[in-house]
Amino acid sequence: MIPGKFDYHRPNSVSEAIALLQKLGQDARPLAGGHSLIPLMKTRLASPEHLIDLSGITSLKGIRREGDKVVIGAMTTQYEIIHSDVLIANIPILRETSLQIADPQIRYKGTIGGNVANGDPGNDMPALMQCLNAVYEVTGPQNARSVPARDFYNGAYDTALHPEEIVTSIHIYVPAPGHGYAYEKLKRKIGDYATAAAAVILTMLNGKCASASVGLTNVSETPLWAEEAARILVGSSLDKTTVDKAVMAAEAIASPASDMRGPAEYRTKMAGVMLRRAIERAKSRAKS
Amino acid sequence: MPKKQITLTVNGKTIEALVEPRTLLIHFIREHLNLTGAHIGCDTGHCGACTVDMDDMSVKSCMTFAIQADGTNIITIEGVANPDGTLSALQEGFRMMHGLQCGYCTPGMILRAQRLLQENPNPTEEEIRYGIAGNLCRCTGYVNIVKAIQYAAAKINGTSFPEAAE
Repeated sequence: MIPGKFDYHRPNSVSEAIALLQKLGQDARPLAGGHSLIPLMKTRLASPEHLIDLSGITSLKGIRREGDKVVIGAMTTQYEIIHSDVLIANIPILRETSLQIADPQIRYKGTIGGNVANGDPGNDMPALMQCLNAVYEVTGPQNARSVPARDFYNGAYDTALHPEEIVTSIHIYVPAPGHGYAYEKLKRKIGDYATAAAAVILTMLNGKCASASVGLTNVSETPLWAEEAARILVGSSLDKTTVDKAVMAAEAIASPASDMRGPAEYRTKMAGVMLRRAIERAKSRAKS
Repeated sequence: MPKKQITLTVNGKTIEALVEPRTLLIHFIREHLNLTGAHIGCDTGHCGACTVDMDDMSVKSCMTFAIQADGTNIITIEGVANPDGTLSALQEGFRMMHGLQCGYCTPGMILRAQRLLQENPNPTEEEIRYGIAGNLCRCTGYVNIVKAIQYAAAKINGTSFPEAAE
């Protein structure tokens, strides 16, 4: 399968990339790892006339600790996330999630910026970013702006990003030391998108859940921040009755499509099962 | 669209070429360079038959444009034998452990396994299986492929691999 014709640009700076996006308008698409866009181009579901390859922009790369945050450049690959000492030490749920995305080859090329900015409800990072209350730094022709992951997604492939903007980095507050975490993903095979998945971060104090956050993947047009489910968990010992209530609250906001991954009712229930497992594993990892 | 000049290294040789931006790396390797070892299997990024090594990464060359490979160092199956022409440890492992039947997936499997062993010279069986999860084989059931990689790891590490092929 051969894509339609296009012209190729590899700018060296963010400002150069933005200038190209402005000049070329709707005919241009930014290219990150390419493993979502290139398959669409091969099947001609996408036919951009210009590709603006962001891989030459070194300022978009890298993972660094900045005070109480970790900053991840948008062009940082899943492979780099998996092998980052900074992330393993501070936000290990990122590695756990990355390892469940696609396959080894795709993780060498796939980027966190592409994963969060594409707006595909099947992508795993957006719900995790909502769980972590991450903030996306976005640059366009005017000033740079910050958009919380929880406000970024409007619908499938519909985000707060304007056509002339790119996501440049992701800022994540480091969760409390001793926090528990888990990303539980049900998929039919390696490389598949989630039938349903759940991200959980929580802290425990004297046997009680002191704080919790929950994100759900691929059970709606957008990733879901399950605020109510997390609220139910806080203050409890994460006993069965409480977890049952939280699972019900999560299932209540899920509205997956019926597709080849299963009917909507099944995928909703699986969101609950993934959440239950994620809570259990996060609890077992949390230091009280 | 005007063609663009790219310069890259393939199996140690510097290549300069003019490519259309839409030319996929797999087509460039197979049709411009006549290196037909890397295969097109699914053409959708799932099967891994087109896997080549690009700047120390295993890459699916059907999901990469040749122009993205400008300035990179690429190794294909034609470049993995020892300089004297004898089989590499992995090639020997696939032969000795019957790690192939039809052979279609083998070039991609070997390129992926080579990168895996460079990153993790002593992998467990589980690490091998997850490490080649992006390469599909419809013949072997993977048992002998895993053994072939274990054989190669043992040979590279100077230890013995006592198991026989299934």
